Parts: sequence; structure tokens; C-alpha cells
Amino acid sequence: MAAMTRDETQALIQEVLEVYPEKAKKDRAKHLTVNDQSVEQSKKCITSNRKSQPGVMTIRGCAYAGSKGVVWGPIKDMVHISHGPVGCGQYSRAGRRNYYVGMTGVNTFGTMNFTSDFQEKDIVFGGDKKLDKLVDEIDTLFPLAKGVTVQSECPIGLIGDDIESVSKKKTKELSKPVIAVRCEGFRGVSQSLGHHIANDSIRDHVLHNRDTDSAFESTPYDVAIIGDYNIGGDAWSSRILLEDMGLRVVAQWSGDGTLSEMELTPKVKLNLIHCYRSMNYVSRHMEEKYGIPWMEYNLFGPTKIAESLRAIAERFDDKIKEGAERVIAKYQAEYDAVIAKYRPRLEGKKVMLYVGGLRPRHIIGAYEDLGMEVVGTGYEFAHNDDYDRTIKEMGNATLLYDDVTGYEFEEFVKRVKPDLIGSGIKEKYIFQKMGVPFRQMHSWDYSGPYHGYDGFAIFARDMDMTINNPCWKRMQAPWQKPAADDASAPVAASA
Amino acid sequence: MPNVMIRKNDAGGLLFYVAKKDMEETIANVETDTADAWGGAVELTDGSRWYIDPVSPRPSFPTTLRFKRAE
Repeated sequence: MAAMTRDETQALIQEVLEVYPEKAKKDRAKHLTVNDQSVEQSKKCITSNRKSQPGVMTIRGCAYAGSKGVVWGPIKDMVHISHGPVGCGQYSRAGRRNYYVGMTGVNTFGTMNFTSDFQEKDIVFGGDKKLDKLVDEIDTLFPLAKGVTVQSECPIGLIGDDIESVSKKKTKELSKPVIAVRCEGFRGVSQSLGHHIANDSIRDHVLHNRDTDSAFESTPYDVAIIGDYNIGGDAWSSRILLEDMGLRVVAQWSGDGTLSEMELTPKVKLNLIHCYRSMNYVSRHMEEKYGIPWMEYNLFGPTKIAESLRAIAERFDDKIKEGAERVIAKYQAEYDAVIAKYRPRLEGKKVMLYVGGLRPRHIIGAYEDLGMEVVGTGYEFAHNDDYDRTIKEMGNATLLYDDVTGYEFEEFVKRVKPDLIGSGIKEKYIFQKMGVPFRQMHSWDYSGPYHGYDGFAIFARDMDMTINNPCWKRMQAPWQKPAADDASAPVAASA
Repeated sequence: MPNVMIRKNDAGGLLFYVAKKDMEETIANVETDTADAWGGAVELTDGSRWYIDPVSPRPSFPTTLRFKRAE
């Protein structure tokens, strides 16, 4: 199918909205739009960060997911307690594939699940005593843990436990940080508020810890990678590029990151932000308090990598600028070979995306490098500033959908007929059963890394093996194939 | 009376950021912008108008200030 015109796309949105009752239709209409690059401010064309409609199948997470799962979870040398009933922590344990180095259970705790396992009596009588005991047990069993965070689940807020006072008391007793994070799942409309709450708790309990300590020797080339969660090793493949350029990466937030790295971040010269949505709050704080400038960058696909590395180098002296050019030249043969191999196999394929914080706009460049076209994109939990940045990246008359419902997404796919969908695990099997190639883009479908030049090779391979997989030609059972084929074959043989 | 963070953008203009509303706009016009005071009526590129009693001495940006919504 050829690219849709503006009117066709608008008609499609209207058609999809038709099934809703009047009130829901009016609300959902604000979240779906046709991209128009001439619009400067997204708030004029799309509404975001609003409560989902009751009764529709939304794909969002909760504040606990944003804090424990995204921001705090990957800090490897701290113990993150899922404070509340056992399920929230257990069913999300290690699902995000934030890789790290270390001995799990000795000095790193990333893939482990710590929970206070609330029972009925804890709900009735309160769980503060249990939390107190739990922190002591952690300190006995895991003496190398550098700190503890208490990630509250919904019931903590509902029964009104005072986790702050317990944490304060334990911080004194153990002389290591015990940080209460009020990220109850019911707060806010999506995981986005969880990011904000987690950022604020880092601001209040971590950032200023070494303000008076000047023992850390800084260099003019110190940077921090902010908002890279090392999914499948992403932060590592970004880090080598920055270090090749001559920069010194002091901290990784928060994939493969440590408490000490976070404490040292106020001493860097520049904060590099990959995931704007989840970490812009703390970067803004550091800009105001410590005067550290921040900039967004994008390490998906060679075009964007070159753009970003040059933009980063602009902030430094000639040595780094030269370093950036050297890095780009060094990898040129590698990525040219990747494009030469996969572009002919992927040219002209259409992609629809529906992911989280930064990917719906950041990956577009990588697909374009492979000759593919992104015909629809949307965020689970973006705010207007994310859409401001997306409008420029997307082509005219493409679909934008905010907090898309299961029904809408299926209908869009049926009509737009993309060659590939990139979304999450909850959508994966629905679309695969519909016969549409699908990549799970939250944790790279158990692959990765996708960042950097090394990641691009893996990205291209993965897209190719998904789209050109022979299984998509076998979607119909042999006995359901049209009878014409069966009849013509023997005739041809006998003739 | 929201807390507003004012910061400079790459082009040297001033950005007006309201965290609670995720609103980030460029400041189009400031009533008082001299060497020793900054503030008064502030107009943003989206047309909205805000007010702050002129801050003296002129604050160094980025900084957080409390604005009032004008009319």
C-alpha cells in the first residue's frame, strides 16, 4: 500500500473512533492525530499524559514500575525492597534485562527480588516493624550492599505506613543510606510520575552527599551518561564511543550504575541524556544547583550517532572534536557493510512503533538508515515535550497515537498494514497471530544492545530476521489453502 | 503561583519551564531586563502572560522563580 494521504489518515482515525460511545470518542479523539511537521507545539494537535479511559485496554504501567523498574532498579550495588505484597516485585523481576557486572548476591543485587511480602496482618497492624526487621536482615545477609531503597507498592500508601521515619532511623543505625521512595502504583496516570518521584528521591537523598568532599579528581572531559538503562548492554556500547572520543564517563545512570557514581555526578562537566522522559528532572536540578549543562543525544543508527557525537564534541575543545571525527571514521567501514548487507533486504518496509520514553522518536533514524519508513508512532506515557520532539522526526501525514488502546492499535495495523511492528510483550502475540512480524522493543526482544555502532549491526540483523522470516509465508494451514492451487498442480504434472 | 525554572537554551534565549505542567516555552518578551533587575510582565511565545515582581539584583540563570499568572 502506498503512503497514506493526510485525508486518508484522518478518515482512518475517524473510522476507528466510530465504535466508542460519544464521551469516550470525544476523549480518545484528542489522543490520535495526523502528523503535521509545520506544527510547532504538540499541544495544538495531541493531548498526552492524561488518565486512561476506564474500560479500554491500555498498555501503561504504574508509578512503582517507573521507580523500581526503571530508575532505581538498575542501581546495582543497592538493595531495592519492593515494600508490600510479593507480586509486584516478583513478576517484574529482571524483566528489563538491565545488564551489569558484579557477583549477584554478594556485591550486586540487580536481578534479585527483595520484598516485605505483606500479609493480612501487616495490612491491619501496619508493616513498619516488618520493614525495620527486613532492613536489618539485609544488612546482615548482604553486608556489601551500599544502601537500601524502599520502593512502596500501593498498600503502603493506602494504610498510611510511615516508611520515611523507619528509613531515617535505619540510615542512622546502619550508617548507610536507606531511602524511602513514595512510588505507590496508584500515583499519577502512568509510570511517568514514578520516574519523577524517583528523580526527586535521588535529588533529596543522593546528589548532595559529596558536596563538601573534593577528593574526587575531575578532568575537563568528565561526562555522565544519564537515562541509559543498559538494556542488553546498551550503555556499554554507548560508553565505548564516548571514551574513544576522549571523554571520561564518570557515571552511568542507571544501567550498570552504582550509588557512588550517582554521588559523583555533580562533579561532571556535561550531562548527556538519552532518555529525556525519565531523567530530565534530575538533570534540570543539576543544571540549576551545580551549573552542569545537559544535552540530549541519540545513538540509534549511524546518521544519528554521527550527528550526536559531533553535537557532543561541540561542547568541548578541538581534541574532542577531532576524536569524534576519528570515531566516526573508525567505524565507517563497519556500518557501511551493515547497510550494504541489510538495506536491500529491508528497503521500503513500513514500521509502526508504540513504545515508551524515547524510542518512538529515537529509533526512527536507525530505521531510515536501513531504508525503512516509520508510518506510525506513539508513546505509552509521554508528555507534550516528547511530542514536540517527535513531530519533527516523523514524516508528514503519518499517524501519531498517544496511550493507544488495544482495539485502536489493532485496527490501525489492519488498515495501515505495516511490515513490522515494534512494541511491547503484551502486544507481541496478538500481532504475531495476526501474521504481522513483530519486535518487542522494550527489552529488544531478548537481543541487544542496539545503541552505538556495534548495536546497529545487531539491530539490522534482528529486523531482517524478523521481517524476512520464512514463517510469515506459512500463516495458513495447508488444508485451508485455496483449492485452485491443489487442482492445478496435478494437471500441470500430467500435461 | 507556579514555580518556574528559567534556563537558557542553545540559541541563548530564555526557556520558561513549569515542571508540574510539563510546559516549556521560550520567553518572547520581558518587561524589565536591565543589568540590575529582571522581571515584570513576561510574555511567552505561545501568547500566555505571566508576572513576577522584578528581581534585583538580576538573577543568574538557570534558576527557579515563583510566577503569577497575569490576567
